[in-house]
Amino acid sequence: MTATATEPRQGRPAKDSRPTKSRHVDPTRRGQAVAAWILALPFCALFLVFTAGPVLASLGLSFTDLRSTDVRNPLGVEFVGLTNYADLVSDPLFRKVTLNTLLYLVLGVPLTMAVALGVAVALNRITRLRAFFRVGYYLPVVTSIVAVSVVWKFLLRDNGGLVNVMLAWVGINGPGYLDSTTTALPTLVVMAVWRNFGSLMVIFLAGLQTIPKEISEAAETDGASAWATFRYITLPMLRPTLLFGAVITSIGYLQFFEEAFVMTKGGPLDSTKSVTFFTYEQFGFGNYAYASAAAYLLFLAIVLLTLFQFRLLREKD
Amino acid sequence: MSKTQASPRLAGAMRAPGWLYAVMAAGLVLVVIPFVWMLLSSFKPEAEVRAVPPTWWPETITMDNYTQLFTQLDFPRFFMNSAIVAVAVAAGNMVFCSMLGYALAKLDFPGKKAVFGVVLGTLMVPGVVTFVPLFVLTTNIGLTNTLPGMILPFLAGPFGVFLMRQFIASLPDELIQAARIDGAGELRIFFSIILPLCGPAVATLGVLTFLASWNNFLWPLVVATSEDKYTLPVALALYAVGQNATKYGLLLAGAVVVVIPVLAVFLLLQRRIMQGIAMTGIK
Repeated sequence: MTATATEPRQGRPAKDSRPTKSRHVDPTRRGQAVAAWILALPFCALFLVFTAGPVLASLGLSFTDLRSTDVRNPLGVEFVGLTNYADLVSDPLFRKVTLNTLLYLVLGVPLTMAVALGVAVALNRITRLRAFFRVGYYLPVVTSIVAVSVVWKFLLRDNGGLVNVMLAWVGINGPGYLDSTTTALPTLVVMAVWRNFGSLMVIFLAGLQTIPKEISEAAETDGASAWATFRYITLPMLRPTLLFGAVITSIGYLQFFEEAFVMTKGGPLDSTKSVTFFTYEQFGFGNYAYASAAAYLLFLAIVLLTLFQFRLLREKD
Repeated sequence: MSKTQASPRLAGAMRAPGWLYAVMAAGLVLVVIPFVWMLLSSFKPEAEVRAVPPTWWPETITMDNYTQLFTQLDFPRFFMNSAIVAVAVAAGNMVFCSMLGYALAKLDFPGKKAVFGVVLGTLMVPGVVTFVPLFVLTTNIGLTNTLPGMILPFLAGPFGVFLMRQFIASLPDELIQAARIDGAGELRIFFSIILPLCGPAVATLGVLTFLASWNNFLWPLVVATSEDKYTLPVALALYAVGQNATKYGLLLAGAVVVVIPVLAVFLLLQRRIMQGIAMTGIK
């Protein structure tokens, strides 16, 4: 051990070990840090320019009077403080689209969760053909919302649409779903549930499979009904998965857009316009700063709802 | 394997009742009907598409809708635009996300927590928040109405980092330590040891980002200002709400062209996709 100086190849030279110790820099750690930043750099550069930068810029723009005519000279615009936000709050159309977005949320999230959970529980119980059913129920998720909206628009036609034709077989006279201010929005929600429940179903199914079968089997042997087993064993154990599902589903419904764009153009009488639709529309009118402010309010709503849902998750754990 | 692992007694006790299969099958029919109807109707002449009551099986089978898509409308171009954008986006995410994913999963570096926090935080950012500044940016650097303008903003997404980090974290640390003892540099460890092991996860990420990009709508709608830069969903949406909205057969054939390729990709690779969803969904 005293011969370190004569064995320079083994261990680090004594000369180097002193400064290393005093600065707490371990060469392997430093190598790691350098390598990590080399690996992180391409992503971070793209991310800063095309995601993080625009997120911050959007906030800044929302306090200005930027219009489409100023785009080539964004520095020439003026700071107007909270004017855009004040205008939004008193804008009847913005109030309407906010209300619509809340309706999408409160109708869409529970319905999607319920359908996804029901199908997942059923899938978890069956042993044969499980993969087949799982793939089948997942099909709508991978398809373009725009394309399936085109298809549903025709299926839902008042006269000759397949939905009403099939309802007529059982004696129901279906309405023109997309033509009335009361039915258009719920109809879009039903279509969105059809499109989206599959991805939640897969997540719920994976969650169900982490619950040991012995527990529910023991309960059933003790005479608990299937419902009681589900209510008192499955649901509580699935709680984290369900809350995670609620978070991502809520984020999705708060951004509702394509279905309304293709199927109803936001009508009739703005009854299906969402906040995202409003933002896109204001952008089209050239009101860039106003659009940014609306988008930021939506972002704020998503952040608040997500934090609230994660707090629920923490509290119960 | 898994089927034979359950003991016969338990398998018997847990066997699902027949009615459950019937309900599941009925539900599946409801889920699949729109696709079947879309496909069948796309081969009907315009008059039959509009027929009241509607027909299931086309009485006259015609390719007219498809020939029109590919001759009167520029669908081959839209198809190519979609394919180029989706392949580029998938490739970019596969490369950049696995690099950062490895750094976040296995390496120690200052700023690690901040980077991961910011990346995860952006999963919450709605698309509409970034599009105004992005449009100002792309206009000023001359990328509006170009394919790179559609690709660049999605080349490195937070979802891929999350997926790759989760996967790489599950690889054994001993592997990396052994390579370090053998004198391999950190970058060499990533490229010649970790990356080859990431095959399944990288493939999953590639498929998922390809699908997401193929179906992406809002940003291509904003950035593509002339028809030759439309992607398939943009072209279809603008026809659906525009002048051609009266040609039902044409729109349904368009929907088939948008949907069928991704359904094919999905059915071929569904196992991988399901794993990816379950993995990122659960943890």
